[in-house]
Amino acid sequence: MTHTFFSLELAYWQQTLIKLLAGVAFILALTGAVVYLYLFKFVSFMQSRLGPMEAGPYGSLQLLAEVGKWLQKEDIHTENSDRLIFGLAPAVVMGSTFLMFVVIPAGPNAVIADLPSGIYYVLAMSSISVIGILMAGWASANKYALLGGLRAAGQLIAYELPLVLAGLGVVIQAGSLNLQSIVASQSSGEIFGIPAIGNPFIITQIVGFVVFMIAVQAELTQTPFDMPIAESELVAGYQVEYTGIRFLVYFIAEFATAVGFAAVASTLFLGGWALPESWGISDDAMHVIGPIVIAIKAVLLVGVVFWVRFSFPRFREDQLQRLAWKFLIPITLINLVVTAVLKVVL
Amino acid sequence: MTAITDRQKLQYIAAKAADARVNVELETEGMILNIGPQHPATHGTLRIVAKLDGEQVILAEPMAGYMHRGYEKLTEVRTYAQITTLVNRIDWLGSFANEVPFILAAEQLMGVEAPPRATWIRTLLFEMSRLANIILFLGDMGVQLGAITPVFFAFRDREYVLDQIEAVTGGRFHPNFDRIGGLKDDLPKGWLADTKGVMDKVRTFCDQIEDLLLGSEVFQQRTRGIGVIPADVATQYGLSGANARASGIDWDLRRDNCIGLSYPQLDWKVWTHPDGDSFARFWVRLQEVREATKMVDQLCDGVPSGPIMAKVPRIIKVPAGEAYISTENPLGEMGYYIVSKGDLTPFRVKIRSASFNNVSITPWLLRGVYVPDIITILASLYFILGDIDR
Repeated sequence: MTHTFFSLELAYWQQTLIKLLAGVAFILALTGAVVYLYLFKFVSFMQSRLGPMEAGPYGSLQLLAEVGKWLQKEDIHTENSDRLIFGLAPAVVMGSTFLMFVVIPAGPNAVIADLPSGIYYVLAMSSISVIGILMAGWASANKYALLGGLRAAGQLIAYELPLVLAGLGVVIQAGSLNLQSIVASQSSGEIFGIPAIGNPFIITQIVGFVVFMIAVQAELTQTPFDMPIAESELVAGYQVEYTGIRFLVYFIAEFATAVGFAAVASTLFLGGWALPESWGISDDAMHVIGPIVIAIKAVLLVGVVFWVRFSFPRFREDQLQRLAWKFLIPITLINLVVTAVLKVVL
Repeated sequence: MTAITDRQKLQYIAAKAADARVNVELETEGMILNIGPQHPATHGTLRIVAKLDGEQVILAEPMAGYMHRGYEKLTEVRTYAQITTLVNRIDWLGSFANEVPFILAAEQLMGVEAPPRATWIRTLLFEMSRLANIILFLGDMGVQLGAITPVFFAFRDREYVLDQIEAVTGGRFHPNFDRIGGLKDDLPKGWLADTKGVMDKVRTFCDQIEDLLLGSEVFQQRTRGIGVIPADVATQYGLSGANARASGIDWDLRRDNCIGLSYPQLDWKVWTHPDGDSFARFWVRLQEVREATKMVDQLCDGVPSGPIMAKVPRIIKVPAGEAYISTENPLGEMGYYIVSKGDLTPFRVKIRSASFNNVSITPWLLRGVYVPDIITILASLYFILGDIDR
């Protein structure tokens, strides 16, 4: 069976290989851009300092220097750590991150596997990282790591629910779990009969979008929800015993997950890779424009995450659980009911 | 009343014993968590041993002494002029304020009085070091609660204050500027106008902190009702400074027992807060910074003319006697009890530093709180390690 890919006739395995390599390169490039743009520069701007300036023009090669440093560091295990689990944990976290990207479309064909239940696949994959974090917390044989791991597990599970429920509103409105169909229904939709910008679901699902972004913030364990790694009390939580390349894996996973969730959010709420159908851009052009469009949307959304991260103090563990169970979940349930009723009525 | 048969009694005892056995089996061991000596929240090397049940603290005990430098003993082999260099390093964020009570006590023993201009500039620098100290607290409290942006603002604006201190004394951190009978030098030209500009910047900083931290919903949730110290407990543990005032104790040595400084001639206010929680301690300190900027403005306007040094012999020998002077330092009451036998060096110096007493309340305060609250409470009590271990 052959598929058309950039007007080429390729076997399925060839296509998948190309998509995988391109996908990994795309993810790493975006992650690097996000780290430089936000973690190094945007934050420095917020905090009235310059940030890295030495490596490359305006410190643009700083990330490469950092990666080089991490690769050179000694690989340390604590004496009582469970070496196998300790070593596997970063791989599990990293795996969960990369598996998320499998179904996120970046163009008409640019998706590694176009699963019918794409959205559930994404959210399910993202929650595998909990296991990796628990493994890290337990295997480190460190009290701080254990506290951090347990906090992370509780938090990630609690915020999984609002994340799913907020996404469900979109699913009801689009009438599909497939991410490509969700994108298509946004680009071909119309607002009060005007198809000028399609119908990005952020307009009708604004509650869902806000809750989704809050839950994403918590899933990424960024401040105000960074109890699991709280550097001023747990030093670094479950990451406390990790150095060198293993820490680098966590680092990449953290920011790649941020990009991943931002890409999911922009697919669900901001129209994904597509431009409104009424603009009349051909599919051939979208092969090229699509990845750029979703990259811009995702990077902007990651910017929001970092903006919040560097503005707020952190919640206490019980407070953030209360926020999830007593506030976010009821709100998304109400949103869900309203969406469903309106969907039937209209 | 119906009589209980022996059989019933035995059954009851057996049931109790079974319960007890189950409890023993199910009981989980508490975890002992060592917070410090190397830990980001301890500002140095305070060690807190906390016995935890899950995330709840059953017992917490501070262990001081990892940075003990023996200053009380060292002063016995230093001349009076050399001692100011030592005591600078007790509370290293507000160094000049450490010198003042010591010099005042020595002056009292010698019967020397500093000229009005020297007293005035002492008060000025005293308030500047209070600013340098508490500005950092305002930012640091944010870091401990997870907001890392305010501390950069704090470091930026504290630098302006330190620049002004450096312009007068030559030292950013350790001025070593106070002398028995007056001061080492006069103010440089144009300094007063610059300082008033800096005070404007500090006031802007206070507004920023109010927006970024104090007004933040998350900050209030994390601090309100956390680590409440009632007024009577505060007095029992000898708390002083902003920690006592946040518990509603209207007591400030600058107003209530001002010796040798110019506070009575200034127009200012002592702020208190009735709540006694971490939020109150932060709030009181924020108001204190605002009050201090006003005081510095007034002090800059009315510097009296005259000499900055009284007539003092070249070789200082303090006559035999005892004196205790305490002042309201940035961290609380700081006092020096000097015993002199008429030598070049003091016979014995007892240093009463604020942080040691302020931290002594932690075992009482930390019982039953959660692990994150340990950090909030320690940050809001605001200690400097050098001030605990002298």
